[in-house]
Amino acid sequence: MAETPKIRVPKTAKKGEIVEIKTLLPHIMESGQRKDKDGKTIPRKIINKFAAEFNGKPVFSTNIEPAIAANPYMQFFAKVEESGTFKFTWTDDDGSVTTAEEKIAVA
Amino acid sequence: MRHLSRRAALALGAGSAAITLVGWNGGAFATPQAAGDDIAKFTGGATPEKGKISIELPEIAENGNTVPLSFSVDAPMTDADYVSDVLVVAEGNPNPGVATFHFTPLSGKAEAATRIRLATTQNIVVVAKTSGGKFYTSQKLVKVTIGGCGG
Repeated sequence: MAETPKIRVPKTAKKGEIVEIKTLLPHIMESGQRKDKDGKTIPRKIINKFAAEFNGKPVFSTNIEPAIAANPYMQFFAKVEESGTFKFTWTDDDGSVTTAEEKIAVA
Repeated sequence: MRHLSRRAALALGAGSAAITLVGWNGGAFATPQAAGDDIAKFTGGATPEKGKISIELPEIAENGNTVPLSFSVDAPMTDADYVSDVLVVAEGNPNPGVATFHFTPLSGKAEAATRIRLATTQNIVVVAKTSGGKFYTSQKLVKVTIGGCGG
């Protein structure tokens, strides 16, 4: 059930450069507002938190409400001073966590 | 249900689409008041100053299920002075909260983009908090043709 996130991080950057990062995790983001055909509310099930860190230091994170569209997409930036690894974490309402890593070489 | 209501909404025309969805959902929608309460919680009661934030949203969103949103806060993003948190609220959704973004000096820019759901035509309000404890705000109106909160 764990879906594979789509991530775009540049492979290389100059020291001190601000790089653009794009992430997307396939997920229904069930809002808890919809009803099924019997009129029963479909329970909420969303990704409620996304976080990005670089070499263990927080870069960007967001607390997400049901008003974020399905397949939550996040575009943000990171200032890189050294080579290292980005780690991305998505937390589901059911407690499951999806993680991914991307390396960047900084010259 | 979902497809039916969309079809019905389409048949009724753009203007009444949102109203149809509200009626079928039977849910109470947020008001500028509720959004204001969220903002007050975020600022601890302080009144944010207008400006410093630019918001990009379509003027007219045909499909409220996925509306591109991006914002950018004018800030140096140094260790001494950076934007730490950004709150996004929607005045006309079932719940006003959209997302809270957290930045650090490592973010480089207080800028992000995502895709949001909008139930109806409404104002989107963005409030930014700086590391020095100052608050800034800006808002933008989006006209929504077909609401995106189920139904």
